[in-house]
Amino acid sequence: MTKNILLVGVGGQGTILTSKIMSKGLLDAGYDVKMAEIHGMSQRGGSVTTQIRYGNKVYSPVIEKGTADIIVSFERSEALRWIEYLKKDGILILNEHQIQPFTVTLDLSEYPGNLIEEYKKMVVNFKSYDAFQIAKSIGNSKVMSIILLGSLIKYTGLNDIDWKKVIEESVPENFIDLNIEAFTKGYEVI
Amino acid sequence: MKTLMTGNEAIARGAYEAGVLVASSYPGTPSTEIMENFSKYEDIYAEWAPNEKVAAEVAIGASIRGVRSFASMKHVGVNVAADSFMSYAYHGSNGGFVLITADEPNMFSSQNEQDNRLYAKHAKVALIEPSNSQECIDYMKYAYEISEKYDTTVLFRVTTRICHSKTVVELGKRTVPEVKQFEKNPKKYIMVPAHSRGRHPQIEINLEELRKYSNNCPLNRVEMGDTSVGIICNGISYEYAKEVMGNKASYLKIGFSNPLPDEMIKDFSKKVDKLYVIEENEPFMETQIKSWGINCTGKEIFPICGEFSPNLIREKLLGIEPEISYSTDLQAPSRPPVLCAGCPHRGLYQELKRYKNKAFFSGDIGCYGLGYLQPLEALDSIICMGASITAAQGFQRGNEMTGDTKYKAFALIGDSTFFHSGITGLVNMTYNNTPVTTIILDNSITAMTGHQENPSTGVTASGEITTKIDIEKLCLACGIKDKNIVTIDPYDLLATKNALKMGYDSKESFVIIAKRECALLKPIIKEREKMKCEVDPEKCTFCKLCLRTGCPALQIKGDKVFIDESQCNGCTVCLQVCSFDAIEKVGE
Repeated sequence: MTKNILLVGVGGQGTILTSKIMSKGLLDAGYDVKMAEIHGMSQRGGSVTTQIRYGNKVYSPVIEKGTADIIVSFERSEALRWIEYLKKDGILILNEHQIQPFTVTLDLSEYPGNLIEEYKKMVVNFKSYDAFQIAKSIGNSKVMSIILLGSLIKYTGLNDIDWKKVIEESVPENFIDLNIEAFTKGYEVI
Repeated sequence: MKTLMTGNEAIARGAYEAGVLVASSYPGTPSTEIMENFSKYEDIYAEWAPNEKVAAEVAIGASIRGVRSFASMKHVGVNVAADSFMSYAYHGSNGGFVLITADEPNMFSSQNEQDNRLYAKHAKVALIEPSNSQECIDYMKYAYEISEKYDTTVLFRVTTRICHSKTVVELGKRTVPEVKQFEKNPKKYIMVPAHSRGRHPQIEINLEELRKYSNNCPLNRVEMGDTSVGIICNGISYEYAKEVMGNKASYLKIGFSNPLPDEMIKDFSKKVDKLYVIEENEPFMETQIKSWGINCTGKEIFPICGEFSPNLIREKLLGIEPEISYSTDLQAPSRPPVLCAGCPHRGLYQELKRYKNKAFFSGDIGCYGLGYLQPLEALDSIICMGASITAAQGFQRGNEMTGDTKYKAFALIGDSTFFHSGITGLVNMTYNNTPVTTIILDNSITAMTGHQENPSTGVTASGEITTKIDIEKLCLACGIKDKNIVTIDPYDLLATKNALKMGYDSKESFVIIAKRECALLKPIIKEREKMKCEVDPEKCTFCKLCLRTGCPALQIKGDKVFIDESQCNGCTVCLQVCSFDAIEKVGE
């Protein structure tokens, strides 16, 4: 059975690094893996997505609507754009951190106020916290993406894979401890 | 060893394993990472060329010399390289020559979605289309064998979803074939009319041989399943069709698509009850198949515009719509791409927008193309690479011929685009003495595609220090008078304002060079790491003037503006704009 993971966020938030580490772990564990991402123009502060599919044999690298097992939204409002992709009883992991686009600061577009309540009403399997605050508390806002990876892995049930080893092999040496701490925080926080 | 690779990494790997020695490219999404990855291998020559025509010709020269070569580019880049591509098709090849085109259904970062398979037919060359990263490696190797055996260019066509999707690959060993000698042969290499007349019939003979190969090659294969539905498909459409139909259909997967395997297709059509052709964009295969009198369904149900998805194929083929379990009336805020915090283009646009009602801004391809968006809104046209200067000239001449001079023409072009195809336009400008002001936004890197070196960087694709081409001297050599060239730092709004006034008032060809390195370059990030601007909430009147610069580091909390320190690089554009001295510079 193919599993579908959707990472959504804002350009520069690290969705690509997260998916890179996850797919490396999956490949080492013997899964067939496909991963879709779009580079280029949309990276400049725009809305971005990375899709991971794994199983015995995977054909399409892109996920169909209504089939995502887990959506991880790296930003509070970005899940709205992709909520139709979540399958029935799928899990939504939300980073409550907010990034205002200039369209909001200039009153060209509205940032919905009661988002968390709305998600709670809509999605049964809804988990949320502020990964940005946790990242800052352990000393580096850039590890936010690894905190979210920790939460994602917890809900995939992929506990047979040695994720700490995968992280060790994926990040620069002097950042290994920090990233493993971030991963553990993310795993334990929800 | 099994690993994950994007299609672009795999194409580079395939070229390396096939023994390619020389390759050239101009960056362009979604093709850029092919050369970025190829340049990391050893015992090869890899370069960034100033444009795709140059890239193709460098690779062609290597092919004539007898070594395997490629040129890689985005789909519209092939338009630039078309002259050499079309002509070299008549030469054939010596060392294998592959031109890689990365097409873009859905136009994630492009101005059109032209289907470059049509170029293969137009040029009468072989066409190969892989469906995943493993095939990118394997088919590149076939491409060189085909190019050499059948004396042809191979057009290697991929699309964004192939280029940027990671799939599992098995790496092979590199084998460099014995390099062919160059033998002088004017009838093959000098394409004057007398020789071309001899070559064209030979190309037709080669095509017939390629047609036979197409019917018997491993790149085209039949996968029989349920015979009630037969699907002829290519590229990513194969993966989508398999995802949706599995073994409930039979497939003819086309990996070698010019010439098409006509006999295989006829044979396959007889074995299935209902035949579909699934291909993104143009009905390239479908039109040919129908011309052979074969009944099939294609563009009657599958769109020409945009990209396909498993959702779309499920809906069109089976009438099954996705099961949506969650939806809401709340909408995510619009989040278009934006000039980064600290982008040097922002200062220029901040001053340029003052001329909005009395100037026509002829734009070009690059990050500064985002200047058309709110709140900057100081761009009026973008056509294609290099068209800014030339179109501005035509606009200005139109002004003069009609006597309506409400909008003075300005051209805006980046350093990489200027080297790509802006220089000839500037020569034409001065040669024909046209009073247009050209602004060269020089951030010394090809930024939008992710920082590739170019002639203004002073570094090559492989990281070697090289001659840095001086844009100011180049403008002088193009005939711009010394007094009509002004170089400014776009972080300095007053200097920018003064230069623009000079440009607006000038009655001669005028150039402003707005020079400041891209804020995202690693050394620049490091250099400016501690430089920040801060809002003094006591002084902030919430007039929102600073927000009109469109800087994403400026955020709102309550009724005050604050600056997101993780984004800010202390460029001070907001500080200079503020009328209440509410923003100050902190850090060194």
